[in-house]
Amino acid sequence: MSSLPSSSRGRGRRIKVLVAKMGLDGHDRGAKVVARALRDAGFEVIYTGLRQTPEQVAYAAVQEDVDVVGVSLLSGAHFPLMRRLIAKLKELGAEDIPVVLGGTIPVIDVEPLKKMGVREVFLPGTSLKEIIETIRRLAEERRARGETLAVSASRERGQGD
Amino acid sequence: MQLAINRVMGVLSPSVATLIEEARRGSIRAIGRILTLLEEPDQTSLSILQHIYRYSRGAQVIGVTGIPGAGKSTLVGKIIGEFRRRGYRVAVVAIDPSSPLTRGSLMGDRLRMQEHATDPGVFIRSLPTRGLKGGLSVAALAAIEAFDAFGYDKIIVETVGVGQSEVDVMHAAHTIVVVTMPGAGDDIQALKAGVMEIGDIYVVNKSDKPEARQTYEYLSFALEKEEVGREAPGWTPRLLKTSAVMGQGIKELVDTIEEHHRFIHKTGLAAKKVVERRALLAKLIVESIIARYVDEAFGGLVERIVKAIEGNEPLPNIVMEALREAAKRLYEDVRSGTDGGSKANIPGCS
Ligand SMILES: Nc1nc2c(ncn2[C@@H]2O[C@H](COP(=O)(O)OP(=O)(O)O)[C@@H](O)[C@H]2O)c(=O)[nH]1
Ligand SMILES: [Mg+2]
Repeated sequence: MSSLPSSSRGRGRRIKVLVAKMGLDGHDRGAKVVARALRDAGFEVIYTGLRQTPEQVAYAAVQEDVDVVGVSLLSGAHFPLMRRLIAKLKELGAEDIPVVLGGTIPVIDVEPLKKMGVREVFLPGTSLKEIIETIRRLAEERRARGETLAVSASRERGQGD
Repeated sequence: MQLAINRVMGVLSPSVATLIEEARRGSIRAIGRILTLLEEPDQTSLSILQHIYRYSRGAQVIGVTGIPGAGKSTLVGKIIGEFRRRGYRVAVVAIDPSSPLTRGSLMGDRLRMQEHATDPGVFIRSLPTRGLKGGLSVAALAAIEAFDAFGYDKIIVETVGVGQSEVDVMHAAHTIVVVTMPGAGDDIQALKAGVMEIGDIYVVNKSDKPEARQTYEYLSFALEKEEVGREAPGWTPRLLKTSAVMGQGIKELVDTIEEHHRFIHKTGLAAKKVVERRALLAKLIVESIIARYVDEAFGGLVERIVKAIEGNEPLPNIVMEALREAAKRLYEDVRSGTDGGSKANIPGCS
């Protein structure tokens, strides 16, 4: 037993996206519309529901090993929430997972958010097509860079019990 | 599809070996990556499985099945909480039915368990019913092996229990919990046809609804008449009531799951199940690899087959030609691999 045909790993694996709703408001219609559109575009979409904390989103992204995290935010608390999400992903050794943000984000906040590490901000009125294509591009770029296998466990804290 | 030959099988690449070490130390990032690598059978996934089998700690695999909407995911969320209170580390494989009408999948089981997302003793992974290239059952059974190796004591697998691959997955479970709900008259008939024979434990969920009593009585009658339930000498299928949203009956359910765990250990069924599960995984892997050759043979043959059908060629001839083509490719790859291949050389394994 020494030989096997190699699979076409990577080339065919579906793009996996986590769609999460953070903040305290109870509106997830927008997030659900995007989630369904991504599914219809052929993605594997994991939807985690309303009122997620940044930590819950980060853990879910890492456990599910998604290609992209898409956050929807209406509450206005996007700076602290996104900062916590990006910090937690980094702590879990997953800073290579791109994070995108949609919702009611003022134009003026886009650049500071990008500086903070948010890869793309979808302003109100962005078409579903554009969202889909951007997520596809980010996922493909990440896979093309070669998915980093070795992660640094030392960065993780509080694992196991 | 490319079928490049990998001569050396069973050798872990350094990065994969590191990943396994990190997963064993509890890195959820590493475990998440490994689960992705295990989704499709190939050289890497086989070498990972080969390597991690030795770390198995005999986790209890609990299948939770039943019709969509019965409350399985909500109930699993509560079971996780109760297991955690009892000090167990818990992993979940949530198999979400994909819509047959779309190309992708939208998985929402997880959202009913998200309260446990940040608990380092809980790991939840979703799998779609369709769209995995090596098949759902390979990915699910391999995930079970990984969770067993990486220190989870209880592995819960949620499925709707229809379709061959989901039945395969249920066969890997030590303990099967069938969940139903009140007012599901027709659904009970449907369940009887599918999963009603396989349960060790039956649960009428949504018992906060008044109609639950009737469903309970019906099921209790069916169980008495042995119309439902899995045959195992020494274990009579149990019937319980829960309300997942109210958190009622959860303790009793987990007590019963634990009781079944003790039963299968006492009788030696637990260890037997692990062997059966791995044998099933091996068979499914072989099937999936053979399917690749069939796909490739057919890919190259499609035009000829179309012509043959148009020309009214006998079907047996067409099938024979395709088979010959697939077998030839398979044989050539297997032979050249055997001739030039070296022995498996897995670090840490003499
Ligand atoms: N009344 C009541 N509703 C419940 C109960 N458990 C779950 N549900 C609801 O039933 C629906 C389906 O639940 P879900 O866990 O997704 O079911 P699944 O499809 O079997 O996984 C959701 O709206 C739940 O809130 C329960 O014990 N009582
Ligand atoms: Mg469910």
